[in-house]
Amino acid sequence: MERNRNNEKLDKTILRTSANYLLPLLILFSIFLLIRGHYLPGGGFIGGLIASIAFVLHSFAYSPMQTLRMFSIKPFFLIPTGLLVSFLSGLLPVVLGRSFMTGVWFAESVVVIGAFGSALLFDLGVYMVVVGVVLTILFTISENT
Amino acid sequence: MLLPIIITFLLAFVMLLFKPQKMARFFKFISVIPLLLFLYLLSYLPAVHYGVKSVFFKNDWIPSLGISLDFKIDGLSMLFSLMITGIGTLIYLYAAEYLKKDENIHRFYCYLTLFMGAMLGVVLSDNLITLFVFWELTSISSYFLIGYNTNEEDSRKSALWALSLTGLGGFLMLASFSLIGMVSGTYSINELLTQPGILVNNEYYYIIISLLFAGAFTKSAQFPFHFWLPGAMKAPTPVSAYLHSATMVKAGIYLLARFSPILSGDEVWNYNLMIVGGITMLIGALLSIFHKDMKGLLAYTTISALGIIVFLLGIGTETAYYAACTFILVHALYKATLFLVTGIVDHETHTRDLSVLRGLGKVMPPVAIAAFIAALSSAGIPLTFGFLSKELFYGVTTGTIWTRESVFILTGIMLLTNVFLTSAGFLAGIRPFFGKLPQEFKKIHKPNVFLWLPPVVLSFLTLFFGVLPAIVDQTVINAATSAVFGKSTDMYLVLWHGFNMVLLLSIITIVLGTVLYFTIKPSNKNEGRLKGLDDFSPQTIITNIAVGIRLFAFKYTRFFHNGYLRIYILIIILFFTGIVGYKLFADVPLRVNTEGLSEFRIYEFIVFVITMIAIYIITNTTSRLTSIAALGVVGYSICLIFVFYGAPDLAMTQFAIDTLTVVLFVLVLFKLPPFLKFSNGKIQFRDGIISVSFGVLISLITLQALVSPADKSVSKFYADNAYVMAKGKNVVNVILVDYRGFDTMIETIVLSIAAIGVYSILKYKTQDGEKSE
Repeated sequence: MERNRNNEKLDKTILRTSANYLLPLLILFSIFLLIRGHYLPGGGFIGGLIASIAFVLHSFAYSPMQTLRMFSIKPFFLIPTGLLVSFLSGLLPVVLGRSFMTGVWFAESVVVIGAFGSALLFDLGVYMVVVGVVLTILFTISENT
Repeated sequence: MLLPIIITFLLAFVMLLFKPQKMARFFKFISVIPLLLFLYLLSYLPAVHYGVKSVFFKNDWIPSLGISLDFKIDGLSMLFSLMITGIGTLIYLYAAEYLKKDENIHRFYCYLTLFMGAMLGVVLSDNLITLFVFWELTSISSYFLIGYNTNEEDSRKSALWALSLTGLGGFLMLASFSLIGMVSGTYSINELLTQPGILVNNEYYYIIISLLFAGAFTKSAQFPFHFWLPGAMKAPTPVSAYLHSATMVKAGIYLLARFSPILSGDEVWNYNLMIVGGITMLIGALLSIFHKDMKGLLAYTTISALGIIVFLLGIGTETAYYAACTFILVHALYKATLFLVTGIVDHETHTRDLSVLRGLGKVMPPVAIAAFIAALSSAGIPLTFGFLSKELFYGVTTGTIWTRESVFILTGIMLLTNVFLTSAGFLAGIRPFFGKLPQEFKKIHKPNVFLWLPPVVLSFLTLFFGVLPAIVDQTVINAATSAVFGKSTDMYLVLWHGFNMVLLLSIITIVLGTVLYFTIKPSNKNEGRLKGLDDFSPQTIITNIAVGIRLFAFKYTRFFHNGYLRIYILIIILFFTGIVGYKLFADVPLRVNTEGLSEFRIYEFIVFVITMIAIYIITNTTSRLTSIAALGVVGYSICLIFVFYGAPDLAMTQFAIDTLTVVLFVLVLFKLPPFLKFSNGKIQFRDGIISVSFGVLISLITLQALVSPADKSVSKFYADNAYVMAKGKNVVNVILVDYRGFDTMIETIVLSIAAIGVYSILKYKTQDGEKSE
């Protein structure tokens, strides 16, 4: 038994080491995809999926429990937060006297991002929902099987 | 008018705040609500009678759809709403005492008040859609009232019967209303009255009236839908008295009367009502005298009385309408009295068995007097209100408009019905109170004043109107008749017509009815005879149909919803292939143009080969892990094809999704039972054919799509305007977050719901102690 556990630890050394480095990198990459989405391939949905994959990789290297421990709040709460952010980004133009979900722009020709406005905020909401949904499903299944 | 009705509904929910047993004696004061409504409505009587004939209250609701909360008080509405609130006041008083010890009395009053508000809405609404809404509310509140004794299975069952039948009728009635709205362009009864010909001469006329009949006949318990009414007698007696004799069952009558000036004029209308009403009144009266349960007996006489009214409306002459309007009031007064008396008898002796009950007049004289007067009125003895209506019946059937044969038939049916009704009235109203008082009932003391006062008041009115008919005929009944007839009428209720045919018929009725009363002895044997008829009753037939439908639904569901994912997918693909394939070959000239397709490049060929190998492995491996990994390979290959053809967004998404799918599979993989080979050669062959034909179909559609000229205006618009309007260069993303941002938002909500679904299904199981295997 003891030997098995040691073996497992040994087996996963490479995976764990790489996961330690890949996790921040992948998350950075997902954020990069998120913000460049307006001009180039990317966006909130893909960004969210990539970020979830980063956590999935981590949970494979260690265990879902250990990945979960990295979150100070449950990933489940990302879902309502994301929905709220998306909704508020749509509400923003209403405050400014335009109709719901009209684009509002704060700055144009920003490096990488392109035009920066309410659309990015909306995408951020989508990103959070996707991460929340995927991780919730994943952790729930791994906890219960 | 809107305000009083809304307040009534609000007050209904205020009732729930009362503490049942502790505040039981305060429940009597709730009867102030119907009393105030009664007085309020009474204040419009002069206007309806002398002045404009109708008072209109305009309230917009959804003007764009022609739906309003308009109310109108005319003679007919006045007659019904005065009955609803007037008898309601007495019922409220009575029920407070009757249900004094009940622990749910506050709920009872809530339902009853809801019902009263809804009923007022039905008879006062001018808009058909609003009328329908109130109509359904009466069905629903009646459901709660019939099933009030929730711990009795019979009571729940009867409530469900009543709800399903009246609900079905209401549904068909809504269809009729929509057709009326479609044909005439208005839902307002007031406007329909100004253009009566428009519906009668329309091609949809017969559909409209048959659907309307369905609504009215189910509600007013006409044959063959009459059986729910005896069942509804499971309700507490005040409910039976109020809903199932005086008010709700008359809603169907109201509907027919309301539409008489609009829809009558065709023979089909008249004959249908006459035939259905005739059958109902005869069957109801005939069956009533075999019952020994007082409530059962009264239920069947009520069915019969409703049949009489429908019959009279079917005849459709001015006198017939006048007789109908008079009888509505006559019947409400005497039948409510008899029901309330039954309630008192049941309350004091704990039985309603007519073969046991005798001589109760000695212990409860006021109740006996009330019942006696009601029975006389139901028999049509002179100086009671019932006499006047019976004279009118015979006046109608012996009228001059009929041929000799019709006079015999109509008068014969009417005579027979009335003979039975007379003896049934005597059985319920006289028999229990005369004769020798049995030993066990000696100890009964006089019931509480709030129990006996309401029936006494009602029977006093029966007598009062019988002696001084001018008080009602000149005010309410005449106005109501005008509303039904469509023209102004001026008729009188006359006490003495002189010695003529009509009087003779009345005397024959009374004599024969009395003779029958002395011949019939309520006993189990008589009730047993009725049991034999049960096999042929409409109730049995409808029950059988319902059971059949449920059986079919069960088998149908078992067949399609069998729990095997592979069967679901098989059915979906087969259905899709069949229906799309048929359309493709039948309607589209199939042209496959291989020209202009780009060349097959070497790396595409490699991807193709990889995919084929992966598919081969999937179908032949015996290891789950291998097949899932191979599925992942197929997914990645498709990603590569997306990349080759310039869809990087799609490729990235597909890539991420594929990865996650494989991961999810791996997570549950270890929990699955060992790999089992379900399929044999035959099944594999079948699946092979299905999947190949599906693949061929999709390829054909794709090639066909290339040939057909595509409409590119939409994609061009997006491409042209993405930067100009939304300041984005990635069109796909601009569509997602801007053009169709609303869709995206709703899709994220769908995703969230899926996550919550997974979470709750898995968590629920573990909390329940049934850990998923």
